[in-house]
Amino acid sequence: MIAFRDVVVTYPQRPMPALAGVSLDAARGHITAVVGPNGSGKSTLVRALIGSVALERGRVLVDDVSIHDLSRRARAVRIAVVTQREEPAFPLTVLEYISLGRYPHLGVWQSPARADLDAISNAIERTETSTFTARAITELSGGEWQRVRLARALAQGGDAIVLDEPTTFLDVAHEMAMFELLSRLAADGQAVLLVSHQLNLVARFAEHMVLLHRGHVEAAGTPSDVMQGAVLEQIYQWPLVITRDPAVGAPALVPLRVRTRGEHNS
Amino acid sequence: MHVSRWGALVVLLAAAIVAGVAFGTLHLSPGDVMHGLIGDGAPMSVAVVRTLRLPRVLLAALVGAGLAAAGAALQGSTRNKLAEPYLLGVSGGAAVGAVLATAARAPASLIPIAAFAGALTSVALALLVARASGGRGDPRVVLMAGVVVGAFANAVIMVVLANADAGAIRGALWWMMGSVTDASWMQVRVLFVFVVVGVGVLVALGRAIDVLALGDDTAAGLGIHVGRVSLGVYCAGALLAAGTVSAAGLVGFVGLLVPHLVRLAGARTHRTIIAAAALGGASLVVFADLFARTARAPSELPLGAVTALIGVPFFLILLRRLT
Repeated sequence: MIAFRDVVVTYPQRPMPALAGVSLDAARGHITAVVGPNGSGKSTLVRALIGSVALERGRVLVDDVSIHDLSRRARAVRIAVVTQREEPAFPLTVLEYISLGRYPHLGVWQSPARADLDAISNAIERTETSTFTARAITELSGGEWQRVRLARALAQGGDAIVLDEPTTFLDVAHEMAMFELLSRLAADGQAVLLVSHQLNLVARFAEHMVLLHRGHVEAAGTPSDVMQGAVLEQIYQWPLVITRDPAVGAPALVPLRVRTRGEHNS
Repeated sequence: MHVSRWGALVVLLAAAIVAGVAFGTLHLSPGDVMHGLIGDGAPMSVAVVRTLRLPRVLLAALVGAGLAAAGAALQGSTRNKLAEPYLLGVSGGAAVGAVLATAARAPASLIPIAAFAGALTSVALALLVARASGGRGDPRVVLMAGVVVGAFANAVIMVVLANADAGAIRGALWWMMGSVTDASWMQVRVLFVFVVVGVGVLVALGRAIDVLALGDDTAAGLGIHVGRVSLGVYCAGALLAAGTVSAAGLVGFVGLLVPHLVRLAGARTHRTIIAAAALGGASLVVFADLFARTARAPSELPLGAVTALIGVPFFLILLRRLT
């Protein structure tokens, strides 16, 4: 559904490209997770998709059509994006905010039709946000705000959803609930492209993992293919071991403590 | 926003217009006002209503509507609660355009166009300054750039005026303090076109401004061309600043204050905020002008000074509620 082909992006006044020839696919019905250390180019991937940065080389394709040949609106109708950070400047209500997900579907003077209202109430139901639709978005807790942002993206409709670090401010329960919901979306046939720091969670939920490092794809494949101790240790520059998640047997990363001088290992 | 509040805004504006036409050096009764408007009253009151008071009141209303709508839209698109044509330097640029055109003895009909060119130049300068400092997406940097451009515009005006004769300086000074004293029907017609086009564009962009207010990346994800939409808001804001500045000089605080009042009254989406701010701003400036010409009659206070006198304390109260 979404394909990056040999994408190169260089930010002005930076010597090294943020993306140095990245190719990857996010297919319908799967969670595809992009992982990697800080500054590896994960967020630039999302920004390349929404046209916020120019491609120096390569192509970003949506069902084999280059995003350059799609209008921004047409792209937004098909792919919903939840960016890493979003600080609303003005206090819309939760319902008004979620309704903005229908923006790309509406003409300038067109008011929401039945289909739009259905998409909005459906999104509210799936994210379990119905109890606070009248509250101001500026007064939500971190967890509520993330769910409301996801609801806005779901209201947008389309066959793909792209999320950049969606669980940053969530506690364990909300984090798991978020991943379970993404998993259901993928099962319903959506392409879910997820950028995340949470290697262990991603390894449990994603079908396909892509490991980025300094703008290059360092490894790609199933979680077991990508979660290789030696490779990860090299990339993260930190001693670690890969074990198995006791619940489901997915590969799990355990970073080790560094022994410093004067400290005794007991 | 609730229907009753729209009703209240319309009633307020109607009351402001009737009061603005009725009161002055010569007080007229509501009956005189009505007969004056229809044209079958005493010749004296017909003349006062039709040639003196009504164009003045309507010009004040249009100035208020344009400034408040521009402020509401700019606050949304820049994500900055302090944005308005003055602080962003747009009005300053319009003033430079108008002063240069006047100094070059250009015909009166060209002054709004020169003001528009000046306003657009200041927008371009502010955006370039913001971009050069690397803060293109940062609303605070855009505002700071605007303040700097505004200060530069002031300096240009002072340089131009330094060589002017005393009479011209006095006229220019009065105009820079804001005034609708010399309102003519011609000015009303010109500003009406500016305000209808400017506010129309902003209301059309209202939904896009709601999305833009969520931040550049989220807006891009929702299919917005961030650069184009914000440029559209700046251009419409420049048009409104140019129209109001060439009609009435520098009238401050309306663009800052009114959108906040409208938000406090429950308007949240920008289409509502912009339209309601236009109505509220019109009422505010009509009342402010009424005060300016009646408080110390027969001499007049500068309109810009009155709006600042009302605006500053109000804004300080608001600041507590906003932060």
